[in-house]
Amino acid sequence: MTTPVETQVGTKPLIEVKNLEKRFPISRGMFRQATEFVHAVDGISFDIAPGESLGLVGESGCGKSTTGRMLVKLMNPTGGHILFLEDGEQKDVAHVGGSEIKAFRRRIQMIFQDPYESMNPRRTIFDTVSEPLSVQGVGTVVEREERVLELLQLVGLTPPENFLFRFPHELSGGQRQRVAIARALVMNPTFVVADEPTSMLDVSIRISIMELMTTLAREMGVSYLYITHDLAVARYMCDRIAVMYLGKIVEIGPTEEILANPKHPYTRALLSAVPVPDPSYKRTPVEIKGGISKAINPTPECRFIQRCPFAAEVCFENPHPPLEDRQGDNHFAACYRVDEIG
Amino acid sequence: MTVSLENLETRQVDPTKPLLEVDRLIMRYQVKTGEVSAVEDVTFTIHQGEAVGLVGESGCGKTSVALSLLRLLPSNARFLSGEIRLNGEDLIPLGAEEMRRRRWKDIAMVFQGAMNSWNPVYRVGEQIRETLNTHYKGVLDYGEQNALMERLFAGVGLPPEMLERYPHEFSGGMRQRAVIAMALACSPELIIADEPTTALDVIVQDQILKELKRIQQEMGMSILYISHDIAVIAEVTDSLGVMYAGKLVEYGPTDEVFARPFHPYAYLLLKSTPSITGPRRQLSPLEGEPPNLEKPPTGCRFHPRCPFATEQCVTQEPPLVEVRPGRRVACWNYEDVPELEEALLK
Repeated sequence: MTTPVETQVGTKPLIEVKNLEKRFPISRGMFRQATEFVHAVDGISFDIAPGESLGLVGESGCGKSTTGRMLVKLMNPTGGHILFLEDGEQKDVAHVGGSEIKAFRRRIQMIFQDPYESMNPRRTIFDTVSEPLSVQGVGTVVEREERVLELLQLVGLTPPENFLFRFPHELSGGQRQRVAIARALVMNPTFVVADEPTSMLDVSIRISIMELMTTLAREMGVSYLYITHDLAVARYMCDRIAVMYLGKIVEIGPTEEILANPKHPYTRALLSAVPVPDPSYKRTPVEIKGGISKAINPTPECRFIQRCPFAAEVCFENPHPPLEDRQGDNHFAACYRVDEIG
Repeated sequence: MTVSLENLETRQVDPTKPLLEVDRLIMRYQVKTGEVSAVEDVTFTIHQGEAVGLVGESGCGKTSVALSLLRLLPSNARFLSGEIRLNGEDLIPLGAEEMRRRRWKDIAMVFQGAMNSWNPVYRVGEQIRETLNTHYKGVLDYGEQNALMERLFAGVGLPPEMLERYPHEFSGGMRQRAVIAMALACSPELIIADEPTTALDVIVQDQILKELKRIQQEMGMSILYISHDIAVIAEVTDSLGVMYAGKLVEYGPTDEVFARPFHPYAYLLLKSTPSITGPRRQLSPLEGEPPNLEKPPTGCRFHPRCPFATEQCVTQEPPLVEVRPGRRVACWNYEDVPELEEALLK
């Protein structure tokens, strides 16, 4: 379904994230002073090329949605940089505010998981899809209507006139998610954060939404950050995958390479737990210990250390390992023992 | 009735003997504007020690089948015909009180969303004790109940001190383990697991599914898994039924159905399920949306979405017939499905 995106050598990435960090204070005591912090996103770095789609996968609470929300500026990071490419120049948008955010939001949009909750039930489809246009003051009402009709047609809600003045409750889940996609694309963004856009949908509808998103990305040159817990979906949607665990990216690389040759023990465990729609397939179980721990004031060593079956002295004596690409194949893993456990 | 801790031991299983037989079940919901045909002529059998899956999309009637078996239906539900036989005895004519006594004891359930299965203001142990008190009144004393509950918790991999905790102190996976422990409390012959792992992360899901499978085999129970996730069904079941719009459209041994699905819906469902293994093949989307069951389509209910539909499919409803030993399919053109698709691709 996806065709590999050709990224021109030497061009700057569309989005470059450097040491992005988000800490949430936990207030306790008489004066509600912050005593501890949840390190939801703890110094992650990655980049996304124009037209590329990067999958961010991991379990609940690993920080993937927080990362997505920071990238669209629904949340301010507590540290780090988000360099966004605009007119050939990289601009740090991590800490911008006010009118600058508004200008930035012409270029970035978000698609949410739940099509039942991400739309105002009292507003028509036209209102919903044209809202970004009116907020940004683009065009007259007539022009907006034309643009909305064009978008509805594009996302497969045909004939678009029939949908214009309907309300969200009159549509099915799949149709609503199409409206959400139309709303995200109405400003011609260059970058879209999609947070589990298909996980509420039934299989038969999921595939058509996935296809729609890939086709539109190709036609309109949109880059995605595709947040999902479902690795099988990520395989079909993403050029590269980043695996997150407790606020850290533990592995990042080309999709097929990660699936065929996972390096980090966590990625291996994750992949070995994914159910396979083939009863004859025999999985090799990778046992990891315990459940996901909490990211409250974590200790400096590797985040995965308590659950890792391969943890050794080197892991306990050193800080969280950096992402390294030891074979020079663009496949990075954050593990000291990556070569030994191979 | 004699009950002892030994009840948790393995039951003798004869895999050729039917435990639960659902026979031509028709169940409809009365709504203001008419009737919703939620379960339409569904027939299948669960044998002793067998794990059966029902798979289908939201609104296909799979949960309605489960609720019918337990008689936990909303008040607007009506059985029109059919039988649900447990060990040969039809459950449908039984009164509410009689059904209540059988729930948990003969048929237990593990529901989706483990948080809602617990009362938040009582300790988990007390809630399991309540079940034991209802069904084993005066049979087990307090100490025996405690011992049984500790064994149940150990069986699902929870430490005994968790019995003294409140539901909110459990993580999602632990809560689902506790629900399984509760379902096992009266060592039922059949457990109905309705999307038991849908809200859980993959690693936890994998652990829970393995746990359920191990317990099922050790205790000689049967399980009916209800899921929308065909990959989960592939992992845990011996036989599976595919439901579409209230009808069972295909039924057979899991490995055979996966190797060669006959019904076009089952075929397309498999082809539209992404997998992380094997070559990255093209996924084919299913066009359209499931029908409104107040006004189901004429003939085969799948015909408006079926790429292989013929004139006959529009007018005549295909019966569920045995097409190979153990394989039942409701489709007029089941033999031609792969060939028809090839022709379509050209």
